[in-house]
Amino acid sequence: MRESTIMKIHYGTAIAAVALVAVHVLIRVTHGFAESLEYESVIANYRYVPYAIMLELILVLLSVHGFNGLRVILLELRQGRLYEKSVSYGCMAAMIGLIAYGSRTIIVTNMGLV
Amino acid sequence: MAMAQEEISAHISPARTILLRISRYNPEHDGASTFAEFTVPYEKWTTVLDAILEVKKHLDHSVAVRYSCRQATCGSCGMMINGRPRLACFTKISELDSETITVEPMNNFPVIRDLAVKFDRLFDAHRSIKPYLVREDSETDTGKEFLQSPGEVEQYIQFANCIKCGLCNAACPTMATDSTFVGPQALAQAYRYVADSRDKGKDSRLRVIDDSHGIWRCHFAGSCSQVCPKGVDPAMGIQLLRGYMLGFR
Amino acid sequence: MGRDGKKGIGGMADPRRYGIERVAYWLMRLSGLGLLAYFVAHIYETSNILRGRVGWDEILQMTQTIEGHIILALVIGMCVFHTVNGIRVMLGHGGVWVGRPARPDYPYNPASQNYRHKIGIYSAIILAAVAMMYGLAVLFGE
Repeated sequence: MRESTIMKIHYGTAIAAVALVAVHVLIRVTHGFAESLEYESVIANYRYVPYAIMLELILVLLSVHGFNGLRVILLELRQGRLYEKSVSYGCMAAMIGLIAYGSRTIIVTNMGLV
Repeated sequence: MAMAQEEISAHISPARTILLRISRYNPEHDGASTFAEFTVPYEKWTTVLDAILEVKKHLDHSVAVRYSCRQATCGSCGMMINGRPRLACFTKISELDSETITVEPMNNFPVIRDLAVKFDRLFDAHRSIKPYLVREDSETDTGKEFLQSPGEVEQYIQFANCIKCGLCNAACPTMATDSTFVGPQALAQAYRYVADSRDKGKDSRLRVIDDSHGIWRCHFAGSCSQVCPKGVDPAMGIQLLRGYMLGFR
Repeated sequence: MGRDGKKGIGGMADPRRYGIERVAYWLMRLSGLGLLAYFVAHIYETSNILRGRVGWDEILQMTQTIEGHIILALVIGMCVFHTVNGIRVMLGHGGVWVGRPARPDYPYNPASQNYRHKIGIYSAIILAAVAMMYGLAVLFGE
């Protein structure tokens, strides 16, 4: 993928994540921070499909943005064909791993399997 | 005559001195750089280059320094002066407001010896962005001058002031760690030609800089523009070029 | 410094001689790395819901400490700085507010280093500090 395409995705995920994280934080704060973290409240959040979809979107957007940011920092720190390939594929693997791990939490809880 | 003599002497202050610390390093046999210290007299108009040449003339002729025009035109005497990249011929000792002047080779450039650095990487990067008009016809073929309006000239003339002194590359934070980054000098020159209405080589030029060590590794820290001795403002050129690539311009 | 003259991380982060823009540059990096670390930890933290009420209460107890609250307040600060400064940087990258090319005049003040971007950086720092204080008030006010 061309670097310009990757960076357009980087900017796009940032803008979308800012909007969704703001909603996520506002819901925490407006429901009372401690109360919103109680077990029943968290379960209710996960089972409410629109909220679960929003969490999934935040998960994907922040993972893509965060691990691409890490890739950029690491590429600038050292150079070399093998190192750069390792960084790119390593960040991609970490991103997919984190999305898979987070999605498992969202999907399993949403389906009421907890 | 006596009156004129008096006036002149009244304007010349007695010479003050500064401590000039010059980085000494020969990569062929030195493990690390050391500083040689010299006490040098100076006047209000003495430049750092004058002081270094004073050292070479009277105290230690072996100090290696590159210079030529002494008027900020050739871009040869770039060095770190009190920790900041500057042209030695364009920096007066009096404006530094310090009793000690430390001069070192430019950051992010390999040292040849003492204050002289290699420019190979800068020139290679500069060459890679095709720093010339790319088009199939030429003024000599057609017998017609490629005319431009004053407004079209304004779009790039600022960036054509670049003297390739390398100060921007020495100040750039990405250049401090990334040995394959194109660098602010070459990127600003890429904009200079992309913005030129006579040029037809945008696509080939943008392909060179749209790379994992190209324009996207600039993070707009702006240090390049702060040290440019010719007002080129590479940070502006790079952002305008990136805006063009993102479709904003 | 290596033989290639690169100054390394010290040279990259050096904020002393290049103004607030250079400080914003490394604060952006640090906050980005901090937020990524928090994000990974947060995904792990929330995955404890799968262990039922006991697992959730256990992890909540671990994070609801003074240290946990201070870390969360820092995360709030980093998040606000990264967002506000990120918007400024993105606008800059798009060529917005970076000035217009013109024939430069001595003393060559660079148009791209203008007050709009400086205001953006200071706003990001101030808003981050305010958000951190608000966060501390919410976290410790309970």
